[in-house]
Amino acid sequence: MTSSETMKTNQMKLGPLTTLLMNDKGGRRLLAVLAALAILVPALNLLMPEGSLFHVSTYTMTLLGKYLCYALLAVAVDLIWGYCGILSLGHGAFFALGGYAMGMYLMRQIGDRGVYSNPDLPDFMVFLNWQELPWYWLGFDNFSFAMVMVLLAPGILAFVFGALAFRSRVTGVYLSIITQALTYALMLAFFRNDMGFGGNNGLTDFKDILGFDLQADTTRAGLFFCSALALMLGYLISRFIVTSKLGRVLIAIRDSENRARFLGYRVEYFKLFVFVVSAMLAGIAGALYVPQVGIINPGEFAPLLSIEMIIWVAVGGRGTLFGAVIGAILVNYAKTYFTGAFAEIWLFLLGGLFVLTTLYLPQGIIGLWQKTADKISKHLAERKSGQLPEGENT
Amino acid sequence: MSTIGGINSKHIDNSPVLYLDGVSVSFDGFKALNNLSMTIEKGEMRAIIGPNGAGKTTMMDVITGKTRPDDGTIRFSSASQDVSKKNTDYDLTQFDETSVANLGVGRKFQKPSVIESLTIFENLEMSLKGGRSIWQSLFHKLSSEQQAKLDEILLLIDMSDKAHELAGNLSHGQKQWLEIGMLLGQEPELLLIDEPAAGMTDEETMKTAELFKTLAKSHSLMVVEHDMDFIEALNCKVTVLNEGSVLAEGTLQEVKANEDVIEKYLGR
Repeated sequence: MTSSETMKTNQMKLGPLTTLLMNDKGGRRLLAVLAALAILVPALNLLMPEGSLFHVSTYTMTLLGKYLCYALLAVAVDLIWGYCGILSLGHGAFFALGGYAMGMYLMRQIGDRGVYSNPDLPDFMVFLNWQELPWYWLGFDNFSFAMVMVLLAPGILAFVFGALAFRSRVTGVYLSIITQALTYALMLAFFRNDMGFGGNNGLTDFKDILGFDLQADTTRAGLFFCSALALMLGYLISRFIVTSKLGRVLIAIRDSENRARFLGYRVEYFKLFVFVVSAMLAGIAGALYVPQVGIINPGEFAPLLSIEMIIWVAVGGRGTLFGAVIGAILVNYAKTYFTGAFAEIWLFLLGGLFVLTTLYLPQGIIGLWQKTADKISKHLAERKSGQLPEGENT
Repeated sequence: MSTIGGINSKHIDNSPVLYLDGVSVSFDGFKALNNLSMTIEKGEMRAIIGPNGAGKTTMMDVITGKTRPDDGTIRFSSASQDVSKKNTDYDLTQFDETSVANLGVGRKFQKPSVIESLTIFENLEMSLKGGRSIWQSLFHKLSSEQQAKLDEILLLIDMSDKAHELAGNLSHGQKQWLEIGMLLGQEPELLLIDEPAAGMTDEETMKTAELFKTLAKSHSLMVVEHDMDFIEALNCKVTVLNEGSVLAEGTLQEVKANEDVIEKYLGR
């Protein structure tokens, strides 16, 4: 036991961040890359002249920023699916709600610069002949309030929905189906004009955020930086959760729900906790996504998008967190490329990718990478063992 | 209720740790438990035998709050080690699985259910008594007493040298032992153990019987088993269940000689 004791004292000397990432090589690399990107991409965009080889166009930066938002969303999905076994096919709902909360703030920022020049009402409300702002729009002119709602709107929905579902012990495919129904129902609701969220068109024509012009390169660079930062923080929060004892209880719930229950853990509370955290992370991702793409509409609630998120995580490697990031970025890069080049076959490709991953890469790209790395190190160890009596198996 | 010969109750009060009276459960008209009554004394080890479908697992489900009985009383009396708390008596039909577990009833399933993707150490750590809330789990740090407790359990189940191996890599018999170790981590008053010897080698079976005898010094145990050699090694009172109620009760020799038992269970 001396070894575990020395390990413990060592841990105490180390900072919390080091402790968190001690056994997480992939995570360390990921955070290093993200930190570099967070600084390099805006710098290359702003400082390099347009014609330069090193110049990163604003289009590319915004696209990358969008991928980072998706990556945060994927981390949120992996947190509940990879670690707790909750296959939510409705996470787009939380993403979209966070997006709408940000969109409402951005709408209020337009002020009297809209087509109808109404200082209080967004254009679509004037168009609908509304006389005053609905109560649920109050406060959204305040940035801090809007940011609180970015967390609360998805958080409360997840709490209420989760409390009902987990208490009644709805699990597995049934849970997946009702989450899918949830996002579909929200999509239909948000399509309606009387809901007061801009109906079909959603919220768009944003002008500025916190007084900064949304079209300006500096603002775009700032948003990119924030997205990278949010992804890093989201990753660290998730990592903290999964490496705590709570994370091991989540794994226990995933692998053997009954065992966790008979060990005296209140399974539904744990599920609810992680579901709400995940929904909030998804909400933050949505809130950062909207100012970069410039629009939020009910299409974001589409069930298909929620299914796509599952594919990102599956392709990257479920239950690793950084695999989700890699999966989200790769699949979305492929999507950008293929929807440009062969738009009509993209969905077939996506479906094929999912089938192939499920059949041949159950651990995703990360699993493949680890297997290959293991093989190589084993091979090297075998070659070495000619000289050494026994190889170290690290 | 007299104390059972050989095993003296360690507790001053002599109310039974588990008291079942007239418990009935039916599923779609099939009576899984039919007016079942049984008493387990504090510090007693009891073996439960009976043919398939006799209601052994249903009985455990009912005690642990997994299934609600249609009728009957189930009382659990916990002699808390905590001096400030008085002896407490609970109506188990009012609690769910989690609450029953936290009251001090540990259960081992027929199919070993350890968490395969966690290490042996992590499995045991998770089982340790207390710290069941979200907050406590999130900021859990192993205390030195807990570390000592873990070392003790690891030693008892003979896994000190492989504490950091994945539980999924263990043999069937070892998983059973790990699960028993997890039960001990919970520090329950009463242990309900479903077919512990299933899938074990003869040697392992005998080692398990020895382990249970050690455990019986400080716990009450209810062991469901088919393996007669194992029951014999346990050397404790035996209850025979059949069609959801008690068919016979006594020492293994007594029940083996019972004509009803021979006809309905052993004879087949």
